[in-house]
Amino acid sequence: MNKLSLSRITFMGYVALVLAFLILPLLIVVPMSFSDSRFLSFPPSNYSFRWYDSLFNNPGWMSAAKTSLIVAFSTALIATPIGVAAAYAINNSSHWLMRYLKIVLLLPLIVPIIIVATGVFFIYALSGVLYTIPGLVMADVMLALPYVITAVTAGLHGFDQTQEMVARSLGMNRFRAFMSVTLPQIMPSVVTGAIFAFIQALDETMVALFISGGQNQPLTVRMFTALRDEIDPTIAAISTLLTAASFALVLLLVLARRQSPT
Amino acid sequence: MKATAINSNFPLVSHRDASLGYRRREHALMLLLMSPAVLVVFVLLLIPLGWLIGQSFYADGFTLEHYQRIFTEGIYWNTFWVTFRISFIVTLLALLMGYPIAYAASILPRRWSVLVLALVILPFWTSVLVRAYAWLILLQRSGVVNESLMGVGLIDAPLALVHNELGTIIATVHILLPFMVLPLYATMQKIPHDLIQAGASLGGTPLHVFMRVFFPLSLSGVLAGMTLVFVLCLGFYITPELVGGGRTVMASMLVSRNIQLYSDWGAASAVSVVLLLCVLAIFYVVSRLVPLEKILGAK
Repeated sequence: MNKLSLSRITFMGYVALVLAFLILPLLIVVPMSFSDSRFLSFPPSNYSFRWYDSLFNNPGWMSAAKTSLIVAFSTALIATPIGVAAAYAINNSSHWLMRYLKIVLLLPLIVPIIIVATGVFFIYALSGVLYTIPGLVMADVMLALPYVITAVTAGLHGFDQTQEMVARSLGMNRFRAFMSVTLPQIMPSVVTGAIFAFIQALDETMVALFISGGQNQPLTVRMFTALRDEIDPTIAAISTLLTAASFALVLLLVLARRQSPT
Repeated sequence: MKATAINSNFPLVSHRDASLGYRRREHALMLLLMSPAVLVVFVLLLIPLGWLIGQSFYADGFTLEHYQRIFTEGIYWNTFWVTFRISFIVTLLALLMGYPIAYAASILPRRWSVLVLALVILPFWTSVLVRAYAWLILLQRSGVVNESLMGVGLIDAPLALVHNELGTIIATVHILLPFMVLPLYATMQKIPHDLIQAGASLGGTPLHVFMRVFFPLSLSGVLAGMTLVFVLCLGFYITPELVGGGRTVMASMLVSRNIQLYSDWGAASAVSVVLLLCVLAIFYVVSRLVPLEKILGAK
């Protein structure tokens, strides 16, 4: 593989091109956000912070950001224990029902999101939780559950169940044995699951488009309407901040991998 | 005294000897632990799905008219045709672009493969809305792509790259590409290096070894990636709505319009049911070849 053949160079060139296709569009929003003009011309003729000003001084955007954060935190807080319990049961039971219940819990990933949104809209309209924060949170909990369960199940696979058995045989009840022996050891996978739940809720757009409104619009819904109706560079400012956040997350991930011995 | 108390609710002996009562209680406990998660999905997904199916057969009594409309009216037919066509093209492009990336990540030295993977995961973790916005900037009439093409002199007038099917396809490939790369990479990583070396030591040219050894072993990843991309694309909404400018109508947009513009739940639910059946059929067929968890792993 050390030989620099023509075909190898062509191949690597192609890979570099595709990677550029993946990354460049994310970078283009950065100069746009510092533009001085209302128009989407690139590169901008003059630079300024006016769109960041208008973002941070706009109560609408700020309250949307607040709603998003509240919803994302609550989702992670609720989905994580529910998901851990389900993952524990999946890992410990060979009951015939489990196989079907497992598929039921994967359904939020399988059913096209537009159908999920339509269905949730319907059931919320009936029960009066339309356009409320608890409604948003419960929908996000459902969508986040598969991620939490997958992450925690993977963690439990790498954990030796007999340790919990030993704790119980020494007189601990099951809950305490789980909390003091199992949970600390699967903590990394639980945290991963919680982060996935948080990100999923922060990023969720489709269902929120149907079930949020008025005071309780999350950031994604506001961005969607702004993108559809009147594009102004305030969007570029938000996009830049969000992209910076994901850069930071991926950088952390890469650094964490570098440190791990594998 | 304590020992017997523990023994009564915990078997120290092997599982085979466990009493029936203990196993019953164990099952009941596990189902109980499972119940909150199942309840959430049941109330927010399964009940509404049942209702949607009911609605699709209902208009002042039982009727098949909503389904008839899908199969006879041009708009509906055309929408499904467009949806499938876009999904096919996107899946194919994603494979052509994603396979080399996953392959590069699997053969490059660790330092470089981490970089390649980071460049794939980065857009994956960036909001779909941000990416749709970026493509609007890039592809618009006076956008970067048109300006540079005209600057080089390749074209005289700006091309229509956005608010149409072409723009939808470009942006959708960009968004779904990571869903192709990640299952492919997961599969390729597990292909033992010895096999490749064995193939080479037996006199195969690199291309020959790739075609006869590596590629066949990566096929389950290809299937998983293609299924995931295709199915996600079938239900795509945000990108075609924003980048397609509402002119490229896909199945999910038909559902949303029937509800939000016309309040026509019958039509919306019939389209939903057909879309859902397509997705379930694809998952069912593929899950006989590749485990479901493997397909959904990247998601």
